[in-house]
Amino acid sequence: MVTLKTQLIGTWTLIKKELIRFWRVAFQTVAAPVITGMLYLVVFSHVLQDRLEIYEGVSYTSFLIPGLIMMSLLQNAFANSSSSLIQSKVMGNIVFILLSPLSYIQFFIAFIVGAIVRGLFVGLAIYFLAIIFIDLPIHHPWIVFWFALFGGGLLGAFGIIAGIWADRFDQMAAFGNFVIMPLSFLSGVFYSIHSLPTIWQNISQLNPFFYMIDGFRFGFFGQSDVSPYLSLLIVFLFFITLSFAAIQMLKSGFKLRT
Amino acid sequence: MKTAISYKNVKKFYGDLKAVNGISIDIKQGEFFGLLGPNGAGKSTMINMLAGLTKASAGKISVMGYDVQKNYQEARHAVGIVPQELVFDPFFNVREMLRFQAGYFGKGKENDKWVDEIIERLDLTDKASTNMRMLSGGMKRRALIAQALVHKPPIIVLDEPTAGVDVELRQKLWAFIKDLNKAGHTIVLTTHYLEEAEELCNSVAMLRAGKVVAMDTTKNLLRKFSTKNLKLRLNFKDEKKLPIKIAHIPHQITEDFYTFQLKKITDITEITEGLKQSKIEIIDIQTVDTDLEDVFLKLTNAKK
Repeated sequence: MVTLKTQLIGTWTLIKKELIRFWRVAFQTVAAPVITGMLYLVVFSHVLQDRLEIYEGVSYTSFLIPGLIMMSLLQNAFANSSSSLIQSKVMGNIVFILLSPLSYIQFFIAFIVGAIVRGLFVGLAIYFLAIIFIDLPIHHPWIVFWFALFGGGLLGAFGIIAGIWADRFDQMAAFGNFVIMPLSFLSGVFYSIHSLPTIWQNISQLNPFFYMIDGFRFGFFGQSDVSPYLSLLIVFLFFITLSFAAIQMLKSGFKLRT
Repeated sequence: MKTAISYKNVKKFYGDLKAVNGISIDIKQGEFFGLLGPNGAGKSTMINMLAGLTKASAGKISVMGYDVQKNYQEARHAVGIVPQELVFDPFFNVREMLRFQAGYFGKGKENDKWVDEIIERLDLTDKASTNMRMLSGGMKRRALIAQALVHKPPIIVLDEPTAGVDVELRQKLWAFIKDLNKAGHTIVLTTHYLEEAEELCNSVAMLRAGKVVAMDTTKNLLRKFSTKNLKLRLNFKDEKKLPIKIAHIPHQITEDFYTFQLKKITDITEITEGLKQSKIEIIDIQTVDTDLEDVFLKLTNAKK
């Protein structure tokens, strides 16, 4: 009755549903963040291109692109799992998943995969648009891949936590505005933390987004503010911690089952 | 007959509120079982605990022998639940929604034929490619029933399936559910429409304030509490007063009608004779049988 095959089909079905869900509204879920990312690129590079050179031999515009890619990837990974959950809760259709034999692990995997895939879609779209205008070689593709994967997964797990916790859309918006947005803007997307006063450098090092951006950027230029391996370890530990928290919430049925 | 669903001393408390307070019910395979009761009686809580949406505070619930908590995957495979609310996913059409639901239960492409068959049987063929948002309330209700059937469960639970549904659709749904029961499915129906339970269910449990106030076959319950009533419209010549000879027979007065509760059939002769002697003319006469509503009212009043 319950076999490995039925479990795999169940997980794949929920993954497919999550992917189709955001693809149906790709104008909003992919095109809009890509346009936003490109606008940041145009404005900041236009203003700062000739005034700043953060890494030797790397133009400011080139420096900016990996940060923008990663920031958009992270924000959209978070948006995917959190919005899917809050919409399903508010609409009531979460009941279809809760009535099914899908386990909390299957639920978690599907939402994480959905989040990572949407994040990657947005990130890749910005990358391919940017390289039309700027030469941007990737020095360490595997570093880029691992940061994209764990960064997307980390924010996907955070999105699950936020989506389960929030009961209303305004509570979810507060997560985006007061947590995700400040952490991503203060993570070194637009600058190197070495250009900050010491105190702000120390504060920045408490921000997990900083390690995701810095490590991801290392994959492109082979240069970073801190060791990419330390960054990868920190990102991985954050991913494991948030995943554990999300899985515990799903397992206990917190705010999903009474 | 084997047990399909078993509730053993099940309790569910929300703080001081005892939503379900020590209920034990065994529902046999192939039965058409009704959970009756007014709003707040605990019907939906019973269903939600069965579905795993709500965790019981105490007691044990099993479905086809599987504990709904410990063996939740097997238990959920055995049940198809039609929720009370008209919920839907606005991103998908009817066929997509049904295929996804089947997929959650591990059913692959081989199940698509069955999905199409359910769509046809529930008269949803024309709407199969229509987004769920665009369906009328009745169509959404049918789609929800279809969704509960996609994984071919032996047990189907319908939580107030005809709430807010027009008479024509109600009749169609009744016929469809009866067919499912004839095909061997165990059906559990919660309703506060007692006529619905009387028409459909072999057995019923009547709930009030989280407790079972009566549980038996529908026939037995009606027999146990059956009374015949004689309903008369009378034409009084003078004051509206019954003759002393028949005034002792329990009766109710509603507008123009006098409804006498008959303990034995000869009471009819006594009443008509008494009226004739007092020269009170009978304008209209009806006999009224007990229905589940009367049984329910009697039971719940008695337990108050």
